Amino acid sequence: MSNADKNRDDKEIITPEYPRVYLYIRIVQAKLFIDNNYADEIDLENIADEAYFSRFHFIRLFKSAYGKTPHQYLKSVRIEKAQQLLREDKTVAEACFSVGFQSLTTFSGLFKKIVGESPSSYAARHKEMKKKISEKPLAFVPSCYAYQHGWLEK
Amino acid sequence: MITKMTVTNIHVLDQDSAYDFYVNKLGFKLIDDIPMGPDTRWLTVSPPEQPDLQLVLFPVKVSKMFPQETADMLITLIKQGVFGCGVLTCKDIFATYEELKSKGVEFLKPPTKEFYGTEALFKDDSGNYFSLQAINNFSHEDNI
Repeated sequence: MSNADKNRDDKEIITPEYPRVYLYIRIVQAKLFIDNNYADEIDLENIADEAYFSRFHFIRLFKSAYGKTPHQYLKSVRIEKAQQLLREDKTVAEACFSVGFQSLTTFSGLFKKIVGESPSSYAARHKEMKKKISEKPLAFVPSCYAYQHGWLEK
Repeated sequence: MITKMTVTNIHVLDQDSAYDFYVNKLGFKLIDDIPMGPDTRWLTVSPPEQPDLQLVLFPVKVSKMFPQETADMLITLIKQGVFGCGVLTCKDIFATYEELKSKGVEFLKPPTKEFYGTEALFKDDSGNYFSLQAINNFSHEDNI
């Protein structure tokens, strides 16, 4: 075995020891649960229960890992998905209800707060952008790339 | 005066697979996905909190840029894991490590303590590798 190999083997491997690794896995599972079920009515109390945490402990650990409370994270995922739906030409109402909001007013207010513009303005801007892209796609690609790829020759 | 890097390349073997890896597994944001012919597209993504840096998921295909021999050579090197594409930072390296592992990302090294912080290494779907580091652990001052 070379010295380099030996040093590598001797290096401290920080694999969190039980129960810490368990905590991480539970927090990650809670985050993935939100990622996969954001459109449903999610009871965050239930997530804490299922992760075997007190609500307070769960929120604290979640925030330390992701920088947001579970509730803030759920809202951000919903708005993110709504942006995606609006870019795919869904209406504001479709986007709102598809991502789990019950009220258009709540949705629009939160959307504007997070994104910085209203859902309808966001949708209109992206529709216009898509139109421009479809008319002149090469205008959106740095010309050095287009040249090297041979796209300018078409 | 140069102020920023705004666009850089990651050479990938398959753009559909790279899209799935970078967007659905790593959680990068899609910036552009513009068709440029029957089987190629201008595909760029950004790290979630860095919208002004676009990574071009650049397909290695025979083209003006890549004659057959060059493309073959590059594909071989990418598959061999020769190319390191940079350091990605996260808030919590253990949570990120567990999440990416649960999504099937292949790690070359679990989080280990290095002189510059705590670091893990993982591969993308093509074979390029990245270092993953925790922001809070990445400080030279800690090591002085």
